[in-house]
Amino acid sequence: SPQVVWDTLGNRQFCSYKITTKTQNFCRNEYNLTGLCNRSSCPLANSQYATIREEKGRCYLYMKTIERAAFPRRLWERVLLNKNYEKALEQIDENLIYWPRFIRHKCKQRFTKITQYLIRIRKLTLKRQRKLVPLRRKIERRENRREEKALIAAQLENAIEKELLERLKQDTYGDIYNFPIHAFDKALQQQDAESESESDAEKEEDDDEDEDTDKREFVEADDSDLSDFEDMDKLETSSEEEQEEEVEKKASRSKSKGKTPLKGPTRRKRPYIEIEYEEETEPTAKTTAA
Amino acid sequence: GGGGSAAGHGGPPAPERVLFPPTFSVSEIKNKQRRHFMFLRWKQQQRKEKLAAKKKRRKEREALGDKAPPKAIPKTIENQRIYDETTVDPNDEEVAFDEATDEFAPYFNRQTVPKILITTSDRPRGRTVRFCEQLSTVIPNSHVYYRRGLALKRIIPQCIARDFTDLIVVNEDRKIPNGMLVCHLPDGPTAHFRMSSVRLRKEIKRKGKEPTEHIPEVILNNFTTRLGHSIGRMFASLFPHDPQFIGRQVATFHNQRDYIFFRFHRYIFKSEKKVGIQELGPRFTLKLRSLQKGTFDSKFGEYEWIHKRREMDTSRRKFHL
Repeated sequence: SPQVVWDTLGNRQFCSYKITTKTQNFCRNEYNLTGLCNRSSCPLANSQYATIREEKGRCYLYMKTIERAAFPRRLWERVLLNKNYEKALEQIDENLIYWPRFIRHKCKQRFTKITQYLIRIRKLTLKRQRKLVPLRRKIERRENRREEKALIAAQLENAIEKELLERLKQDTYGDIYNFPIHAFDKALQQQDAESESESDAEKEEDDDEDEDTDKREFVEADDSDLSDFEDMDKLETSSEEEQEEEVEKKASRSKSKGKTPLKGPTRRKRPYIEIEYEEETEPTAKTTAA
Repeated sequence: GGGGSAAGHGGPPAPERVLFPPTFSVSEIKNKQRRHFMFLRWKQQQRKEKLAAKKKRRKEREALGDKAPPKAIPKTIENQRIYDETTVDPNDEEVAFDEATDEFAPYFNRQTVPKILITTSDRPRGRTVRFCEQLSTVIPNSHVYYRRGLALKRIIPQCIARDFTDLIVVNEDRKIPNGMLVCHLPDGPTAHFRMSSVRLRKEIKRKGKEPTEHIPEVILNNFTTRLGHSIGRMFASLFPHDPQFIGRQVATFHNQRDYIFFRFHRYIFKSEKKVGIQELGPRFTLKLRSLQKGTFDSKFGEYEWIHKRREMDTSRRKFHL
């Protein structure tokens, strides 16, 4: 009889559906109406019991009566409730007519709660949903490794520098950067190609310019003003003197003027022509400016 | 010990074919310490042999002088890359025609000025927020807006109405940005990337000052296939057309083995043959996950390209970008 069942399971001995916490006892039975472990809400300890359960969005009313207590398979009778809220409430009422007040009330409460959360589910599925995609460890590791290797293979700084220099060569920057060498170099290379084995002033000029082209790199590391440009013009015209002077200067090492601090690899190894001094083209008045 | 000579076999010694009892290999020693020792010794020997071989080869090369055979080119993954039939030939007319009529045509014809909206996924954390701010300093004419639970589908028509040309969504996971969605707006393609190794400005060593407001130049490296081409154009369309060379800033998208590295530098030409670059601005790497034809639509969109791991990751030398 239900009283005995309650005395055993509910109060004294073990009930596998019972969960005890500090303040409350809960019942894990899926037919439980309220979810708490009480004398009146235990489906095992009450021979006349009813619940509301929902499956796939439809609500059912489950009922258990004493007459069927001997047939566990047919114990729970289920009734599909109407989709309409009020009509479903009426259905509950007419099915649970003459049942104890407690069960009727709790059934209706439970039904209300269930319909509310079903409505919420339907609303949420319409909104955007965050999809959780699991990371696969092996694949993550593989991709990280490959990324590192790709980074090493890419040699980004070199690539960027190369690209920038390419763009400089192709004149995308226009006139902003005054590296007059560029045009010069081409012309000079032509000249060099033409007059290679002559020992005229031409050759000296070429030699000059050869050496100059070597040296010009260093010169350009200084501020490349237009004044330098003009002076270099004059430099070419007066060839012999520079030739001599260079020969002299080759022996001595003169340091840079110290306009801009040069880094190691671009430090002058050979004396360079201090262009500003060589403005006069008179051979005699020239002094070696060291 | 093993490796003994063929002693004790009796009979006439056969000098051509000496019978050794089977030598043990290093891996057969059971004792770990001894095995390790023998292995190290074997390794040293291998190294010595290799060094000796190298020296010999170098001597031979020097001895031959000019007649030496040219140096062998080492095989790299880029050398061995499987030829992709969608590689773009610079003179291809079909490609040129396509590009003249695709969604980026208005940008490349200078009809539109890029205006970018940068946003994140819901509830961004500190790193993502700072990253978005830095990204907006790098990309000129860009605005950061916080997303407060708005659906992308609703944001997009609003953006179009306000004349934005591109939408960037930075996706966040576990407090770090890990994905990026670039959507070209008036029904342009949408590219979804996986973002990794994000470095904010303060984490970059030897960085320069803040990026200024000048329009940077853009460098796009190694986008060879058709797919790569369209992605490259998408990146190019983020930046305004006429870079201000006074600013001396350059943004680089470098594709290497399907990873796109983004860097932002300031350059200075020290001489005609030398340029110095200094990194400022954030850096990150992207890997393309999918490219979709229209604007963002995950359910009904028409995907031009999706990364399918099973099919595409099978070969180490096959790349798609």
